[in-house]
Amino acid sequence: MTETATAPTPPTRYTGSRVPRVEDGRLLTGHGTFVDDIQRPGMLHACFVRSPFARALINEIDASAALALPGVHAVFTAADLNPDVHEQWYSSYGPKVPDTPRPPLASGEVRFVGDPVALVVAENRYIAEDAVELVEVDYEPLTAVADYRDAQTSGILVHPKYPNNVAGGLAGPPPQVVEAAFASAAHIADETFYQQAYAPVPMETRGMVVEWSADTDELTIWAATQTPHEVRAFGARLLGLEPERVRVLMRDTGGGFGQKVVPMREDMCVMLAARKVPAALKWIEDRRENLMAAGQARHEHGHARIAFAADGTILAAGIEHTQDIGAYPTPWPVGAAAAVGLLFPGPYKVPLASWSTTSLFSNTAGRHAYRGPWQFESVARELLLDIAARDMGLDPVELRRRNMISRDELPYPNPAGMPPYDHSSPLETFELALKMLDYDAFRAEQAAARAAGRYLGVGTSTYIEPTATGQEYYACEGAVLRVAPDGRMTVIVNGGSSGNSLETTVIQLTADALGVPFDNVDTIQGDTAVTPFGSGTAGSRSGSATAGAVGEAAAALRAKLAELASPRLGVPPEDIEVADGRAQVRGSGQSSGQSSGQSLTYADLAGPDGVEASATYTAKAPMLWSNATHVCTCEVDVVTGKVTLLRYIVGEDVGPMINPNIVEGQIAGGTVQGIGGALLEHMVYDEDGNPLASTFVDYLLPTTTEVPHIEYGHMETPAPGPGGHKGAGEGGAIGAPPAVINAVADALSPFGVKITNLPASPAALVALLTEAGH
Amino acid sequence: MAELPVRLTVNGETVEKTAEPRMTLADFLRERCGLTGTHLGCEHGACGACTLLVEGAAVRSCLMFAVQADGLDVTTVEGIAAPDGTLSPVQAAMRDCHGLQCGFCTPGFVMSITALLRDNPKPTDEEIREGLSGNFCRCTGYQGILAAVHQAAETA
Ligand code: FES
Ligand code: FES
Repeated sequence: MTETATAPTPPTRYTGSRVPRVEDGRLLTGHGTFVDDIQRPGMLHACFVRSPFARALINEIDASAALALPGVHAVFTAADLNPDVHEQWYSSYGPKVPDTPRPPLASGEVRFVGDPVALVVAENRYIAEDAVELVEVDYEPLTAVADYRDAQTSGILVHPKYPNNVAGGLAGPPPQVVEAAFASAAHIADETFYQQAYAPVPMETRGMVVEWSADTDELTIWAATQTPHEVRAFGARLLGLEPERVRVLMRDTGGGFGQKVVPMREDMCVMLAARKVPAALKWIEDRRENLMAAGQARHEHGHARIAFAADGTILAAGIEHTQDIGAYPTPWPVGAAAAVGLLFPGPYKVPLASWSTTSLFSNTAGRHAYRGPWQFESVARELLLDIAARDMGLDPVELRRRNMISRDELPYPNPAGMPPYDHSSPLETFELALKMLDYDAFRAEQAAARAAGRYLGVGTSTYIEPTATGQEYYACEGAVLRVAPDGRMTVIVNGGSSGNSLETTVIQLTADALGVPFDNVDTIQGDTAVTPFGSGTAGSRSGSATAGAVGEAAAALRAKLAELASPRLGVPPEDIEVADGRAQVRGSGQSSGQSSGQSLTYADLAGPDGVEASATYTAKAPMLWSNATHVCTCEVDVVTGKVTLLRYIVGEDVGPMINPNIVEGQIAGGTVQGIGGALLEHMVYDEDGNPLASTFVDYLLPTTTEVPHIEYGHMETPAPGPGGHKGAGEGGAIGAPPAVINAVADALSPFGVKITNLPASPAALVALLTEAGH
Repeated sequence: MAELPVRLTVNGETVEKTAEPRMTLADFLRERCGLTGTHLGCEHGACGACTLLVEGAAVRSCLMFAVQADGLDVTTVEGIAAPDGTLSPVQAAMRDCHGLQCGFCTPGFVMSITALLRDNPKPTDEEIREGLSGNFCRCTGYQGILAAVHQAAETA
């Protein structure tokens, strides 16, 4: 189902169509190139010695037995690697933010289970793992801050320089701004919601191969990354090298979702150690390390309030948010949390809002980015709206209808400090998704099921999200377009695709921009030696940013081709039209691709050296607003607590789609990650700070037996950016958790059960039902 | 550690190499045979990324030692397409249905689906879901993969 808000953009050949992906051939036949597939002459293998304690002093490290093992080359500790750090900061925030500590190896004290303490280098992974067992570390265990909710009162400091374990906080409009509205409200909804820790868990763990060439002072890095150019910039700063001496290569990365957006501590260690060993050094994280030490996300709580008038109109909203940042967050976590407060009002007509956010250290794995890092705003708001509706005796859909922003009311102010919402369709996607479900029919079915002792529920979640930011670092994307002597085209961009289909995307865009067949275009990505700068796959930016870069490079290339054609066509360049694979005198109407006296193909113009043009696109809009409504139905077994999802509908608006298959794939992937977060995935720690979910037996990912069939309804409201395209990468993971939880809560509403803690695991639901007297 | 001789058939070719007794079949194929299409997502038998066929049966190669495959017939993802590169019906359906994004889980799915459809050429949706529940994918939400199995079953 697709509806277009305004007249469709002029017909193009590939943009908007379900073009099969160029990536698939190699990946389906086992010929992809992931970082663990890289082999180098004499390559050595790295493995980390990690802390078994959440908090302990390191008294002594004895590596002698490990070093005596045949095949072991070196054992590095903090004393060997940490002093080599030249500069350590991320481009997105720059060197001036009050960044949190991030030493390569733990020095003096370990601060979470999995904290890297030493790095063993051996001739193969098996020997390296044997040697890890032989490194003797004398620890003096200390009491840990196992739960961030105790961080401010425990009297224990994760980092001595941060009193009360507060890394920082930010605030928007203060509570006084909303107090009068709350005082006069006919109804107030007021709850504290808690979300458990869960994580991206890409199927390919983290990894890196680093090769130092001492003769030439050159560093080559093969990385599993979303941002090759940032790995280069970061590596150069870390080691004090010129960026031009650092080359980062990546072809296939097996999922990232935020976890591979910037280098982390282990990556720093491998880069630093590579200069101290005689050959390339490979580190491939294992799954246990990934679940224990790669980091966590989503762990937070918020006191959320909404004030309503008697007719259900929202008068004001507020949230006080607190997040767990673990021991070593990556990157600086304080600033990003502001989005929770800024977006808490969501796509609703909220006159007044207040918010604050606090980031607290704990002795657990560090917080890092995960697909829609601010999604707690939607969790808190959408759960609270359902609770409010039930308390007011209103249908949750009706309550939303009375408050949701529709397309013709835009631009609409956000009261929390964001620029106004625009070019989106919240109420329209809401109605679309409800129509696809047939909401009234479902309510009738639900009533009949209840009468028969079965508990069905429906939940919705509507959000609006800023994508493709115009913030300085993420605003930039370069592209090079090249015409070979035979007329074949190559499009060269940064890349960083970790499943994002960027190869197919830029080929579609290039083929359209120059009017050539899709099959006549190749792409080069993921090699910083030959690709222009781009800030990688993050912030739902790549569709818009590459469309901008390809569009501007194509304009430059067309201008060059017109210059070249001018003497041969005998008219000035401005009288020449470059389109459909040829240059011709404007208005002369030649048929496509054929040369004649008045028309030249790109091959005619390319000459023996070919022609090339490049451009750097800079996003001008501060953000492009994408929005969606998720609607989920489920059945809950009130004896076992098992949730079965029945229908799952996403009505969404990412503007004109470049490739609907890819958009739907992004929605589906994000949605299922969100379903996992709502029902299954939980990075549990015990009270001593030991992680209890460090294998796939304990950390439960959604599988084919849990996921519903997902139905999509598309609306296309163009944004003021290239092609009108908006970001599509993150939304699924934002919208899904509240829709699922609301559906479960709706199913259990006859029992008076209220869900304010995630995940809604079977055990949690049985406990709530028991508490409710069932 | 002493290496033992391992002789097996991989994708129709005889392979004679050595391996430590503790070397997994997955590592043997990846490192000794240069067949890096078999991926490792967990190394504890849970994710299915390393699935391949041993004597025709779908096996998790992270849980099997190379020396246990001595004398056996192994098919990896590299051996599924026709010699001229034409994709198998399962591979083609995965492509048609956008059944892969990053492609890391894909070899395991191709092998599991190939075995599933060989044993049960017309599976129900429930049988497909049950049959693939030991293969994890973190990108696709399984939507395209499930559609691909249905398509491959219908066109076979
Ligand atoms: S790597 Fe073998 S099952 Fe996961
Ligand atoms: S396609 Fe990335 S894990 Fe399945």
